[in-house]
This record gives sequence, structure tokens and C-alpha cells, in this order.
Amino acid sequence: MYDISYKNKMLELKHIKFERDNKKILDDINLKIDTGKFIAITGQNGSGKSTLAKIIMGIEKPDSGEIFFEGKDITNKSIDERARMGIGFAFQQPVKFKGITVLDLIRLSANKDMNKKEACEVLSTVGLCAKEYIDREVNDSLSGGELKRIEIALLAVRNSKLCIFDEPEAGIDLWSFQNLIDIFKNIQEKTKGTTLIISHQERILKIADEIILMKNGKIFSEGKPNDVLNEMNIGRKCCAMNKGFKENCNND
Amino acid sequence: MNNIEENLLETISGSDIRTGAYNIRENGKGVERKITDNVNIVSKEDGTGINIYVKENTKFEIVHIPVIITQSGLKDVVYNDFYIGKNANVIIIAGCGIHNDEHNDTQHDGIHRFFLEEGAKVKYYEKHYGEGSGDGKRILNPVTEVELKEGASLEMESIQIKGVDSTIRETRGKVYKNANLVVTEKILTAGNQTATSIFDVELNDKGASAKVTSRSVATEQSKQEFKSKVVGNSECFGHVECDAIIKDNARVISTPEIVANNVDANLIHEAAIGKIAGDQLIKLMTLGLTEKEAEEKIIEGFLK
Repeated sequence: MYDISYKNKMLELKHIKFERDNKKILDDINLKIDTGKFIAITGQNGSGKSTLAKIIMGIEKPDSGEIFFEGKDITNKSIDERARMGIGFAFQQPVKFKGITVLDLIRLSANKDMNKKEACEVLSTVGLCAKEYIDREVNDSLSGGELKRIEIALLAVRNSKLCIFDEPEAGIDLWSFQNLIDIFKNIQEKTKGTTLIISHQERILKIADEIILMKNGKIFSEGKPNDVLNEMNIGRKCCAMNKGFKENCNND
Repeated sequence: MNNIEENLLETISGSDIRTGAYNIRENGKGVERKITDNVNIVSKEDGTGINIYVKENTKFEIVHIPVIITQSGLKDVVYNDFYIGKNANVIIIAGCGIHNDEHNDTQHDGIHRFFLEEGAKVKYYEKHYGEGSGDGKRILNPVTEVELKEGASLEMESIQIKGVDSTIRETRGKVYKNANLVVTEKILTAGNQTATSIFDVELNDKGASAKVTSRSVATEQSKQEFKSKVVGNSECFGHVECDAIIKDNARVISTPEIVANNVDANLIHEAAIGKIAGDQLIKLMTLGLTEKEAEEKIIEGFLK
């Protein structure tokens, strides 16, 4: 049943815990994200960012806790049910297939029988010369950067209410960063939904409405970009000062 | 032809079968034939099959050689020989469909031999299909023998998607100077079906090349075996790739053999057998497909 108190609330996580091999990957995460926001999640490697994103998509199941999407409890919903409800996910490492083409995936993601011209337009938005790529198989013949751009295009065409990008900047070195940022803005304008980005890139963090900083499976800090980035920079400086004294510096 | 026969014919050959030269064999006998100025089809004197002659320099003609069997219990054997003249360029569409509604096993063994003269090019499509409500087996054993003279090329695509209980498929090739053989095989087995594919290719002259690709899906209790042997007798290139998806309690065996009898022979064999990758399923599920739909899409793409 829809809870009126969830108006304008896209996502809420309550007491999410996830443990593997006796290690707490996520330790009692509580989070509320409003509709129409651009949220960046950052933190050092192993802080739990990607696991958190996968738990929201349903790719990983939390050991305990609850997840609400637009006020509905989706904790026990499968990946495809969440996708159909309006959650989209772009993988850090794009998946390869045999025999499935770029066009096939664009059509599946758009959930309609797009013609080639329409599909080519989607591909052009990520800087790929569409005609060269549209009929190619999504396999090893494509470079990591090309696969990554296709992955981003698949989420861009999906019109999801909640778009989750797991480190979208990785592997796009030959492509302009500004284009990537433009895509995020376009998606948000089009869907009026929420974008959730896992990123280490300061240029992406700076354009977020809010940054969530994770550390050791917990939300260490959350707030406006300047505040959180300042906090991170202070952390970095402390770390540099402590180098040589403290072996396990975790504030980078 | 009744509806069952027409449907069988369309399934294996498409709807435009009667546009070019063709020979339809039904229940062990030739029933319809058409020849053209460039393609002649002649029955063998001993009645065991047909010879197909394509004149040299023939361009872009399509030849259909389908076989359909609806008579349960029939064991049909046919020998078809294709003689392709110099620099001809043709498409040949063959295949066999069996409809078996009864208890007796029905079998078709089609032995096709291709002799390509210098510079000839052939695209050869072969589709095997079975249907019917009977518990009699539908058995198909195709044999393809190819001899490619200098500069000739043959691209063969063989598909067995549904309804064949047992098959032993043999493809043999002798490839000479600068000639090229490309074989792509796609097989899906289910239930208690069995499929054995045997490839035996000799690369006998400088510049000879062959690429054999097998993509198969084995489900339920079915069994598949893939045996390939490529022999490089000169400066040549050979590549065999066997990819199989295995599901349920199926079994797949891949036995590669590459033999280099010349220091300049460049031969590669790749084989991979495994279940559908979990990350592929997850990716398609993030696009809104159920697990079952995702699995079907992956298999459809794999065998496309």
C-alpha cells in the first residue's frame, strides 16, 4: 500500500546490513533520497558503494533491512520486477554476449520495437558513430570504452525513474567528460526522476545535488558537494600528514 | 501436397522455393523439379539421388534441394552431387523436415558432395527439423563432403533447432590453393535427443583456409558430441571454435584435434562449454526481462 508520507521520496533504505566472509560490507545503512535529485555516492575502494547500488537494484540481497521505492516495499522484489517498476542500472563492468547485438539491447532496454534510425540516434548520444556499431555483437570485439558507452546508452534510453550508474567514468578516457555529464542532465530532464551515481570523479561529484560519502560499510557523511568535498580534502591532508606514522590510512 | 507437407517445406526452405532451380524429394522420391538455363538437375542412373550442375560464370542463382518425409517408418538415403563450374556464384538451400505422427522411427541420410572448380563461390544453407505427435524417432544423418579447387570458397550454415531425436552429422573438406571453407553449425537439443558432429578438414595447399564454428545448446537430458580434426598440410590457416551452453542434466563432449604437417600451418582450436553466464542473465533482467525470458533471449542470440 502507498504511504502518503513517502510523497516526493524516491528511495528509502532502512537498516540495511550485508555481510560476507565475516566482513561487514554494509553496516546498518539508512538513507532517504528524494525524487528529482542527482546523488553521488563516493568513498574509497571497498567502502561498500557498489554493493549498496546492487542491493538497490536487487542484484544482491541484504541480510537484513528494508528497501522502499516510491513508498512501496521492494525488499523481496526480483531484479526484473524492480526494473519494471522504474529502477535502471548501468554496470561498472559491462556484460558481453554472443549473438546479441547493440540494436537488440537498445530495443530491449527501450522496451519497444525501435527502428534502426531511432536506435542509432540513441547510440550517437554517447559519441559512437552509430552505423558502425548498431549491428555489432556486444562481445569481445568491442573495446572496454565502447562497451561502457553502450552501457550508458542503454540506461539513457530506458527512461527509468531511478537511474543507477556504477562508476560510469571508468573507461571513457577517449570521450569528453562533459558529454557524460550532459547525458546525466538530459536523463534527469527527461525523466524528472533521480540519478544515483557511484563515482570517484571530482567533476561528477561537484555537479551532484548531494554527496554521500561511505567508509567501511557505513555512511560517513552526506551533504552538499562543497561540504563533503571539503571534508574529504581535510581527510586527505590529515592522511598525508600522518603518512609514515600510520600504516593503514583510510582517508584517501 | 497437403498442408503438413507444405508447412514442412516452408519451414526448411522458406516460401520462395519455386523461384529458381529446385528439386523436391518427398518420402524417398523426387516429386517436383525445375531447371534453369544455368542450373541443370539430373537423376542418377542408379536412382540413388541427383546430380546438380551449375554452369561456369553463373551469378547469384538460388537452388533449392529440400527433402520432406511424412511417411512414418521410412528410411530414406539420398546421394546428391553438386558440380559448380568455374567462377560461378550461387546459393544452395537444402535441408530435411520429418513429420512423424506414429510409432515407427523415420530416418533420412542425405549425402551431399560438392565439387567446386576454380574461383567458384557457394553459400550453402542446410536446415534440419522434426515434428509430429508420434513416439517414433525422427533421425537425420547428413553428410557433407566438399572439395574446393584453387580460389574457390564455400560457406556452409547448418541449423538444427527443433524436433530431431538423433543425428550424426559429418562434414569433410579438402581445401586447395587459396580456397576457403567456412562452416557454421547451430544445434539445439532437448529431452533425450542426441547429436554428434564430426568435422574433418584437410588444408592441402598454400593459402588454403578453413573456419569451423559450432554453437550448440544442450538442455534437459540431451547429449551432444563435437569432434573436429583439421589437418594443415601446407602454409595454411585453420580455426575451429566450439561453444556450447549446457543446461539441466545435459552432457556435452568436445574433442579437438589439430594436426600440423607443415611448419607454416597455422591452426587454432577454441572450445568452451558452460551454463548461461549469471551476469548475462542479470543484465537482461535489469532491462525488465524475467529470468526465463532472459534465458530464452540469450539462447536465441547464441544460435542466431
